[in-house]
Amino acid sequence: MTSWMLRTLVALALCPLSLLAHGKVEERVLANGMKILVKEDRRAPVVASMVWYRAGSMDEENGTTGVAHVLEHMMFKGTRDMPPGEFSRLIARAGGRDNAFTSKDATVYHQQLHKSQLSLALRLEADRMANLILSAEDFAREIRVVMEERRLRTDDQPKALVYEGFAATSYEAHPYRWPVVGWMNDLENMRVDDARDWYQKWYAPNNATLVVVGDVTPDEVFAEAEKYFGAIPARLLPVRKPQLEPPQRGVRRITIKAPAELPYLMMGWHAPGLRDVDKDWMPYALEMLAAVLDGSDAARLDRELVRGSRLALQAGSSYDGVNRGPGMFIMDGTPAPGKTVEELEQALRQQLRRIVEQGVSDEELSRVKAQVTAYEVFQLDSMFSQARQIGMLENAGLPYDSLELQARKLKQITSVQVQEVARSVLTDDNLTVSVLDPQPLGERKPGPAAPPEHRH
Amino acid sequence: MERVEAALPIQSWTASSGALVLFVESHDLAMLDVSVELPAGSARDTPQTSGLASLTQRLLRLGADRMDEDEIARRLADVGANLNTTFDVDRAGYALRTLSSDAEQQQALMVLSRVLQAPSFPEKVLAREKTGVIAGLKEADTKPDIIASRTFARLLFRDHPYALRAMGEPDTVAALTRSDVVGFYRSHYCPDRAVVAIMGDVTRQRAGEIADQLTRDLPAASGPLPPLPPVPPLAASIERDIEHPSAQSHVLTGQPGVARNDPDYFPLLVGNHILGGGGMTSRLYEQVRERRGLSYSVYSTFVPYQQPGPFQIGLQTRRDQAQEAVAVVRKVLADFIANGPTVAELQAAQQNLVGGFALRIDSNQKILNYLAVIGFYRLPLDYLDTFTARIEAVTLEQIRDSFRRRIDPERLATVVVGASGAK
Repeated sequence: MTSWMLRTLVALALCPLSLLAHGKVEERVLANGMKILVKEDRRAPVVASMVWYRAGSMDEENGTTGVAHVLEHMMFKGTRDMPPGEFSRLIARAGGRDNAFTSKDATVYHQQLHKSQLSLALRLEADRMANLILSAEDFAREIRVVMEERRLRTDDQPKALVYEGFAATSYEAHPYRWPVVGWMNDLENMRVDDARDWYQKWYAPNNATLVVVGDVTPDEVFAEAEKYFGAIPARLLPVRKPQLEPPQRGVRRITIKAPAELPYLMMGWHAPGLRDVDKDWMPYALEMLAAVLDGSDAARLDRELVRGSRLALQAGSSYDGVNRGPGMFIMDGTPAPGKTVEELEQALRQQLRRIVEQGVSDEELSRVKAQVTAYEVFQLDSMFSQARQIGMLENAGLPYDSLELQARKLKQITSVQVQEVARSVLTDDNLTVSVLDPQPLGERKPGPAAPPEHRH
Repeated sequence: MERVEAALPIQSWTASSGALVLFVESHDLAMLDVSVELPAGSARDTPQTSGLASLTQRLLRLGADRMDEDEIARRLADVGANLNTTFDVDRAGYALRTLSSDAEQQQALMVLSRVLQAPSFPEKVLAREKTGVIAGLKEADTKPDIIASRTFARLLFRDHPYALRAMGEPDTVAALTRSDVVGFYRSHYCPDRAVVAIMGDVTRQRAGEIADQLTRDLPAASGPLPPLPPVPPLAASIERDIEHPSAQSHVLTGQPGVARNDPDYFPLLVGNHILGGGGMTSRLYEQVRERRGLSYSVYSTFVPYQQPGPFQIGLQTRRDQAQEAVAVVRKVLADFIANGPTVAELQAAQQNLVGGFALRIDSNQKILNYLAVIGFYRLPLDYLDTFTARIEAVTLEQIRDSFRRRIDPERLATVVVGASGAK
């Protein structure tokens, strides 16, 4: 299930027993603009702590793509008071786990530790927010690591190349068009000053949110946050240009050739993102549509294309709507042996057409509702997931306590709404299709295609 | 029935079916996690039947009693339940996550119960699944990391069933019949070998009923489970360079390691944490990534199974850096075996493993996973209670001694996929 909603749901208690273990999200904003969000979860004596910087690949510029992610790597190097690697060593010694990730919308630094060690995490995060050194030597080594990461996760992964090509084609103007890891040539030409500039521009307390979930008391966390982050001055942030994607005026198609056995198809439509959790209905309808298509093994794509007609080895659908940038509705799949991506594309289109014409059944809507209800409970099993969900909503400009409302809205979606959103949003003029054309592992020759057998 | 009062109160008993049951009761969340596992992993395949164990496990949920695969899927989805596969060389089974409310719990458990105990193995479904598996295997065989791990496994384990691929090979899977699957199921999914793990919002009495419901109709064993053969050490170093057009070389080096119940387990765990298991604070990370920027991911690990699983070091690097990376890894390993860790390294590792213990059991999912492992490998029920004490008791000398006895840097299998100049 790739639905953003079902991944992010955290409800207030469904069952009285849960009230004992979980609290609401409490908020405080420091004088310097840093927002602190705390949720009590007393099921284990641990805490998940995250600092979300509202600066991701969408804030980068042509020529220095990938710098947000590079800075994420550099944040583990030295500060004024600590040698490189000391951050992780101190957290490790305290029995903690730490890591970070960069997305299109944000860069996030997180730790999980025994509750007694939260102060350490906060002290260290405040230190690197204000005092990162960014030496040329560390940069020269770390940029090579980032290039290896790009090779590992993208250059040698055919499906990742399909996605990268898809994004660059679907988005012509919006910075969602370039990959979070950055173009390889930009990495090769990046300089330490690019990373320093980025740090100066975006790593300010008024551009950051601290999210803490665990066996803590909100007032205590607020006091600690004030103690460590309070003295860091706010900075004027750069103007963010909207770079809105102009309306797409016709279908776009690309082919990616890479060493692989099986072809692969990705189709994506520009779609509205969630902006008003109460008034918007299309994002919820798109979420329901994705769930009817791919919310479980009982959903349409698995049942009809994988098991029924055996047209596909795999087929899926998802909607990505909780973002700072635009939304996207995706369908993808791998044709079964003997079938083509063209046949699969037609089958996926046929699935959408049927829904536009006939809607979805009450049974299917109920099934999705049952899954939403179950996820509301299951998601409470992980403090890290809860923290991530809160941070993601806040970063996207949505109310962090709106998840129960969102679940209710989703459950209220009707078949008519699903039909309408499919009809009006999932049109060819909004569509980009990216296809993997598998190549044999041996040397590719121009001219007639090599025979389909593969050599090891 | 045993009751252990400790960090995690694990209750354990033998069901009337003969299945071993482990249970932790918790009403914090209105949910229930249940897993049922059998010693029916890929180590129970032969070179001729490679893929049979996996195919059997996969087919269970695709038809049971009078429910076809669609109805099974609907009944689970209708109550928001998740059914997930567990499968490795040793273990095969399913893990169910469901709401604990009565109607949902009963329907979800009914499905799991039928899937485990009344599979129908429909022919058409078998044919389709075989096609899918074979296509997936051919796809996997184009990927440098898969080629590396397959080659490595065959070098380490040779004729031992741990060398076999979990999902099989295209030609062996193609030859599997429904009769093979039924036979495998009947001879391996036997109640006296089952391990049932239950975690969550049910009482002890209800847990007992659940365990009975899930295992009482499993096929009776017709004979004892054959023991797995021992894993012989490598006779000499071996190297394989394999061509691939990838931008990176994928490197694996190692040898047979330890079994789950090995007396050296804790010294090796702590030592490996320092060498390359502890992430950003390990020696391999420091030397390969931090100092030289050679790889994004570099690690060492012992994978303990019923019999010794691999000890392996892995990394990926730009092709022209592969030789340098291999040389660095060899040096770090040799130095670690010759001299062992420093006092400071040992203390830091112990502090991390002890201080981080609460993170190992801070969710229902993690606890269920531990129950399944403790049950399957017959670890002592106080395994989690004594974990931190055993970490703290590890000494420098124990690490040096156990690594010297268990890892021989002169007898390593090394695989490089995407090697410049390979044939």
